[in-house]
Amino acid sequence: MARQTPLNAAHRKLGARMVDFAGWDMPVQYSSVIGEHEAVRTGVGLFDVSHMGEVDFSGPGALDTVNALISNDLTRIADGQALYAGLLDERGTFVDDVVAYRFSPERILICVNSSNREKDVAWMKAHAKGVAPVDRSDDYAQIAVQGPKATGLVQRMTKTDLSKIGTYRFAEGEVAGVKCLISRTGYTGEDGFELYSAAGDAVALWDALLTEGQQDGVKPCGLGARDSLRTEMKYALYGNDIDDQHTALEAGLGWIVKLDKAAFIGKEALVAQKAAGVKRKLVGFELTGSGIPRHGYAILKDGAPVGEVTSGTMGPTVKKAIGIGYVPTELSAEGSTFDVDIRGRAVPAVVVKTPFYKKP
Amino acid sequence: MADNIPGDLKYTREHEWARVQGTSVVVGVTQHAQESLGDVVYVELPKVGSMVTEGKQFGVIESTKAVSELYSPLTGKVVKVNDGLSDNPSTVNTDPYGEGWIVEIEPSDPKQVDGLLDAAAYTALVQNS
Repeated sequence: MARQTPLNAAHRKLGARMVDFAGWDMPVQYSSVIGEHEAVRTGVGLFDVSHMGEVDFSGPGALDTVNALISNDLTRIADGQALYAGLLDERGTFVDDVVAYRFSPERILICVNSSNREKDVAWMKAHAKGVAPVDRSDDYAQIAVQGPKATGLVQRMTKTDLSKIGTYRFAEGEVAGVKCLISRTGYTGEDGFELYSAAGDAVALWDALLTEGQQDGVKPCGLGARDSLRTEMKYALYGNDIDDQHTALEAGLGWIVKLDKAAFIGKEALVAQKAAGVKRKLVGFELTGSGIPRHGYAILKDGAPVGEVTSGTMGPTVKKAIGIGYVPTELSAEGSTFDVDIRGRAVPAVVVKTPFYKKP
Repeated sequence: MADNIPGDLKYTREHEWARVQGTSVVVGVTQHAQESLGDVVYVELPKVGSMVTEGKQFGVIESTKAVSELYSPLTGKVVKVNDGLSDNPSTVNTDPYGEGWIVEIEPSDPKQVDGLLDAAAYTALVQNS
């Protein structure tokens, strides 16, 4: 039996098409993936992301405990800020990618991928020195409100001054009378918020957002649009673009790896890899021939396999067949060309600047 | 939702339709198929003049999320393909029985089309699926 978020019945009532996603019964679309994608690019969309996990570190030394587990540096941000980071293993490859919320040096909350929740919690319990992690995932629901009209919508429903919450910052407040962690984060490339509430309040919050959002043309959006939106931004998806086979440097996520901070798991491997040179890199590319690149397709150079597509789609906003994949470093510069093996056809592709989508 | 299943067409279990038109047969995917697929963003067509075999893959239809195979309802020669789909693949969603047709096949055995499902049989199949 697939797991359900507190909003499962609400999705069914809205006529969503439900699919199994990493053991969760989740909406893939309500009306159309492209329509939902466009709503987020031009208006506002709502996503149920309650399947994400939340792990709490509370107590003296919480910051240092977490900082030794993640690749980014919590000492460089202030209380009330969030940080994207790698949860890496000793080889510098990903256990998961996470967002860490710094409430105070004594309290850090980590948001993890649903597919990795149990693994992450076990990993953190095994490796945490100091404060013990507590899996709070079942206590939280999470609704993402994303799009250029997201701030206007949420502002009408809260007394918290959202203009004071910058990107990757958060505040505790009430939205529609529901206690929330209001976080200016997302996975779409648009402005917006992720609202963490108590699981029991999720339906009230979801319904209030849908009702208040009518004047903005709000659309509930499924995992299909979530994937196409993040692909246009070249945001990594665990299990596709990042995993325990590729390091953070190979994934092009050197910016979330702070090699000059105190020890963290994976640091030594990455220092060594940086010194030796990174041999392959995750790039964004466009097909110049016809077809759509998909996860798992081979990347060819002169007919020989040299890499692999990790994500791909027909970008609904960029209106191009776009892909993400690992290639040898010598093929990673913008303008480099290779082929993608699409069902036996070698379809030409060119490395382009990412994100694929740039706000107009 | 009521499925639109025209009475004058033949159907396959893979949710394709076939319309006899003179000596050839026009093939597309059904309303039910396009709804299940979601937004169609790419259709890979066979070459005109190529041979296709009943029950065998002759093309690919891709939505934003998934790649699905197209199976030929008949054995024969491809005499036309819908080139318009390369610029407007979403026609498969908006007009699956009309502008969203996919290929036209000249069957090796004109009687083969009689063996496909009629609208009543296909309706039963969709309702029981």
